[in-house]
Amino acid sequence: MSDKLLVIGETRDGVLRNVTFEAIAAAKKIKPDGEIVGVLCGEDELEKQGQEMIYYGADRVVTLKNSTLKTYTSDGFGQAVMSVIDEESPYGIVMGHTAVGKDLTPKIAAKLESGLISDATDIEVDGDEVVFTRPIYSGKAFEKKTITSGLVFVTIRPNNIPALDRDGSRSGDIQAKDVDVTDLRMVIKDVIRKASEGVDLSEANVIVAGGRGVKSADGFKPLYELADVLGGAVGASRGACDADYCDYSLQIGQTGKVVTPDLYIAVGISGAIQHLAGMSNSKVIVAINKDPEANIFNVADYGIVGDLFEVVPMLIEEIKKIKA
Amino acid sequence: MNIYVLLKKTFDTEEKIAVTDGRIEDEGVEFIINPYDEYAVEEAIKQRDEHGGEVTVVTIGDEDSEKQLRTALAMGADKAVLINTEEDLEDGDQFTTAKILEAFFEDKEVDLILAGNVAIDEASGQVGPRLAERLGIPYVTTITNLEIDGDTVKIDKDVEGDVEKVETSLPVLVTCQQGLNEPRYPSLPGIMKAKKKPLEELEIDDLDLDEDELEPKTKTVDIFLPPEKEAGRVLEGEINEQVQELVSLLKNESKVL
Repeated sequence: MSDKLLVIGETRDGVLRNVTFEAIAAAKKIKPDGEIVGVLCGEDELEKQGQEMIYYGADRVVTLKNSTLKTYTSDGFGQAVMSVIDEESPYGIVMGHTAVGKDLTPKIAAKLESGLISDATDIEVDGDEVVFTRPIYSGKAFEKKTITSGLVFVTIRPNNIPALDRDGSRSGDIQAKDVDVTDLRMVIKDVIRKASEGVDLSEANVIVAGGRGVKSADGFKPLYELADVLGGAVGASRGACDADYCDYSLQIGQTGKVVTPDLYIAVGISGAIQHLAGMSNSKVIVAINKDPEANIFNVADYGIVGDLFEVVPMLIEEIKKIKA
Repeated sequence: MNIYVLLKKTFDTEEKIAVTDGRIEDEGVEFIINPYDEYAVEEAIKQRDEHGGEVTVVTIGDEDSEKQLRTALAMGADKAVLINTEEDLEDGDQFTTAKILEAFFEDKEVDLILAGNVAIDEASGQVGPRLAERLGIPYVTTITNLEIDGDTVKIDKDVEGDVEKVETSLPVLVTCQQGLNEPRYPSLPGIMKAKKKPLEELEIDDLDLDEDELEPKTKTVDIFLPPEKEAGRVLEGEINEQVQELVSLLKNESKVL
């Protein structure tokens, strides 16, 4: 059997996403002595990105360059990645559980009639068996899964499996492969940037989330400022989204995103069970709420009972001091 | 237009999860239509009202799944199909589900299939794209707007907060994201009418499928609950002192700053 693992890399604004490096580390966990082959689709800078994957542990990289691969489509990337799978016949495939990963991997799994374990947060190897842990019921529970036949195919949740240290002395072959992309059944006409600049919620190490207590879209401004000082992202509870204080894309909870940052600061969030499901596996939780009975204090490591409009600006100033 | 909705029942979002012997307790649990599938039902009804045709909701489940199908019919869907696997299948995964649906759709004329972008229980988001691939039709996931004009389909797709304007054509499968619409509540006349709407029940034999072909590719070996989070410290004193203490704790005790 082949001991080769493909890691499908992913870029955002021309830069490899961190989850790509985590996927390389995940592949190493699955087969410590296996060969890790990075796969990159795109139009520019593939060589440079490939080199970066090698620094982070890939043994070699196959790049697929085509003008139709500039933006992701399931048809385009599907054909490109399938051409590498056909040629390499890997033992396994690892990719990040991101918008692109979620969209692309089921297509490939269906084509190959293989299993696919989505959104793994941990990987253990027990003899010949690879056991994946993944959250279910939005993190209210976890399941351990194995692949019983065929390809070991997994997407990993960002921020859970640490990337290996970058080693600038590593070298490996970067092979540019020609790829035909035909019959694209969909076109991306335009992309409207709405997401907050910089850090994506699912990959953020720090999240500042606001709830109904924030009272208005304007009320979110200090939260953005706090997130900014911490290099984090802003999220929200369903209540805040329903009240139009912010976009649904920021929603954290059982509907919405499930996040596990190092630091989660819940501001004016009461802590409904659906919201807790989306964030209670964060490493450190801070709650700021004026209601001492709020449910959020039951999961918070540290709580401040007080007016968020007073507390948050003070917090920004204090953090600025220590970051200075 | 022939519009189909893939529907799954899930635990009510209010439910706490209990695990016994590596299995989730479902005794006495309230089930609902998976919230993302509700967007799919609503959108199907809206598209039918605009373009004509028929909405069929399809689920794979057991006899209790009839309840969620009736709810979808009460919202306004025209027909329902329950593929009852209770007697035939012990285990299944996304491969199994997609395979069953593929067999179901084999002889159907399909213009539009809608599904939730993810189910809030298993949350793999695989079945929609897998099915589209097996049926040889394009798919677009996490949509927040859908406009159909003749064969042309214009879609807004949510990509981690950004919006992609996607153009494709019928037949297509889409998976629905929050923000697409506001699902209606079934009206009382709707509920009355739903009782008389056709609900077809099938078993895997009826789909010419063999249990062997449906053998899952993955297996769940354990289910467990995360360690209970203990309530931490609520700080005391003047607000400015609390803020200073908090920053110091985050820096020195939990080392996240």
